[in-house]
Amino acid sequence: MNMWGAKKVVAGVDVGSTQTKAVILSPEREILGRALVDTGARLNEAARAAFEAALQEAGLSAEDVQYTVGTGYGRFKVEFGDTQVTEISCHARGACFLFPNTRTVLDIGGQDTKAIRVGPGGEVLDFCMNDKCSAGTGRFLGAASAALEIPLGELGPLALTARNPVTITTTCTVFAESEILGWLARGRKVEDILMGVHASIASRSLSLLRRVGIEPELTFTGGVARNVAMVHLIGEMSGVPVNVSEESHFCGAIGAALFALDHVLLGERAEVAAAAGGQ
Amino acid sequence: MSTSAQEILGVSRREGRRLMELWWQRMTEAAQTGHPTAYVFVMAPLSELLLTFDFVINAPEITSLQTAIRGQSQAYIQLAEDYGFSPDICGYVKADVGVQLKEGEHPYGRVPRPALVVTNNVCNTYLKWAEFWEHYYGCPVFTFDLPGWRGRESLREGTEAFRETFENDCRYVLGQLRELIEVCERITGKSFDIDRFREHLREANRMAELYHAVCDTNRHIPAPFNAPLEGVTYQGIANLYRGTPEGTRYFELALEEMRERVRLGMAAVPDERFRLVLVGTACYSHFRRFVELFSSWGGVFVHSTYMVFAGGGFVPGFGYDLGRPLESFAEQMVRATYWGWTGAMFYQQEWLDRVVRDWKVDGICFHGVKSCRTTSTGLPDVREWMRVQRNVPGLFIQSDLVDPRLWSDAQIKNRVDAFFEALAAHKAAVGR
Repeated sequence: MNMWGAKKVVAGVDVGSTQTKAVILSPEREILGRALVDTGARLNEAARAAFEAALQEAGLSAEDVQYTVGTGYGRFKVEFGDTQVTEISCHARGACFLFPNTRTVLDIGGQDTKAIRVGPGGEVLDFCMNDKCSAGTGRFLGAASAALEIPLGELGPLALTARNPVTITTTCTVFAESEILGWLARGRKVEDILMGVHASIASRSLSLLRRVGIEPELTFTGGVARNVAMVHLIGEMSGVPVNVSEESHFCGAIGAALFALDHVLLGERAEVAAAAGGQ
Repeated sequence: MSTSAQEILGVSRREGRRLMELWWQRMTEAAQTGHPTAYVFVMAPLSELLLTFDFVINAPEITSLQTAIRGQSQAYIQLAEDYGFSPDICGYVKADVGVQLKEGEHPYGRVPRPALVVTNNVCNTYLKWAEFWEHYYGCPVFTFDLPGWRGRESLREGTEAFRETFENDCRYVLGQLRELIEVCERITGKSFDIDRFREHLREANRMAELYHAVCDTNRHIPAPFNAPLEGVTYQGIANLYRGTPEGTRYFELALEEMRERVRLGMAAVPDERFRLVLVGTACYSHFRRFVELFSSWGGVFVHSTYMVFAGGGFVPGFGYDLGRPLESFAEQMVRATYWGWTGAMFYQQEWLDRVVRDWKVDGICFHGVKSCRTTSTGLPDVREWMRVQRNVPGLFIQSDLVDPRLWSDAQIKNRVDAFFEALAAHKAAVGR
């Protein structure tokens, strides 16, 4: 029996606190389309916009989608979706899809940092997250970007030019701005301050990673994985090479799409497959 | 007397409510008449002794918890913060300070002023909390120095090192008990009646047996009660009615009900899928929500550390020796300090290991309390130990005892949902 009928693909939609990502996946697990939009205040609209943009890139329409899984904080706002899976499970699954030998995942998102230990099939064995505070997350970089008036995308390369990094001591994202201004007032170079900001985030991330245990390969996912200074620092501090994919930012949505594929291929057995770590 | 099955179902909730209302009635009357009231803590409640002097017992941890259950803790906490208490200080303390600043006005009645405060060092905040009452009311404060866990080898029962440590500690506590009796005699003008004391001990012995028997019913699959829900009533009655016939009768009924639920296969959580232990307290400002986050996944808490260290300090297998009441009371306080209070917090893995095995537990929820370092210290270590040594998955979440400002629903739900996704994988992998 053809379980696809007239349908052709599955979708994963990751509604994060800052950005919403969508991925369209073929039955052969090929990424056909992806899209990223700012989340804003209307989560359902962001989810819909990302979904439609990803479909457009794939040259498909909503009628072609057999099953959609929502993930991220706004997963219950993916109103056109079929089910929801947390981004912890989705990032684990997505990371193992991108790098099959992944055993540890670090995901730094807008307001969450997650360290996840995974099994061979991408099943979550253990995870730790930042406590109820955005210190050590992407939002910390956002605060630095605002305070220094430097676009987010330029922070990493500039930080890597630092010669004498400062130490950022505050753990509060809001207070970090005043600490940055304090360093500027003392005449410290922007790149040295920026490296201090990056090191502060990396240090908190490493603490989470150590709690779950760092086992190679370590895959870095989420928006902050695009920051070269963070990748450098995580590798240096962890002592293991760090996998980063061009698709890292979409890792959660990819994982969601893989869970969607399970549902199509396995039906009610999908949960069992997910539990067993089947891909 | 045998109660019909129809009547027994729900009796622990109904009777629990009735006894709580009765306790509040006694508290409110004491506030009006000036009847001597003793403030005590759930770790070392001392009711058997204090009831001998006819004190009304106030347990401020319970009154603070109840402000949260009634959805009013934030207003009391803010009163305390306006008065000068830092946001970092224990939510129980601040909720109580708020109540005291409102002259005892509480959602359930009126809290009387203390004629005596009996505090101890098991929780470091207890000492400072008592200082507040002492400062605010000028009341006498009696401070117990309870010798806690002094290291592994000296507490292996049956060893010479244990015997020596235990006997020394008992003598030390007995001396303090004698001092307390003198203080109680001075305050109440009554002489210590050892026969009356013995009767309270007899009731407490029976209550302890029943309390453990009720906890044991949750070994059954499906579990007949949810530890943070029904358990918090059990804890309340165990503290407030300890050593009384009313308390004993309550636990007889509770046990009868739980056994009936087991017989009928009635589950606390319909379609029970995951059996859990809660380390720490629930968040009482979001009490129902806290439990719902787990029960919506078919997760039931079959036990909690709170039921141990805040359940009156009953140590399984030990009862009071009625032939030597005061000495035996001191021994129980030492045992409870070793295993119930300090041990349950700082050597949790030993208790957890046993509960995971005997209560057939799938996973553990560690609830870090932002405003309580005492119960939150060491949680990541215990979690790590249970994961590495016993392959038992653990979830770590953080909020508070009673402060609703520290509850972040989306963050907590996300962690709980992810935990259950992983727990399903784990159960499938280990074949349970």
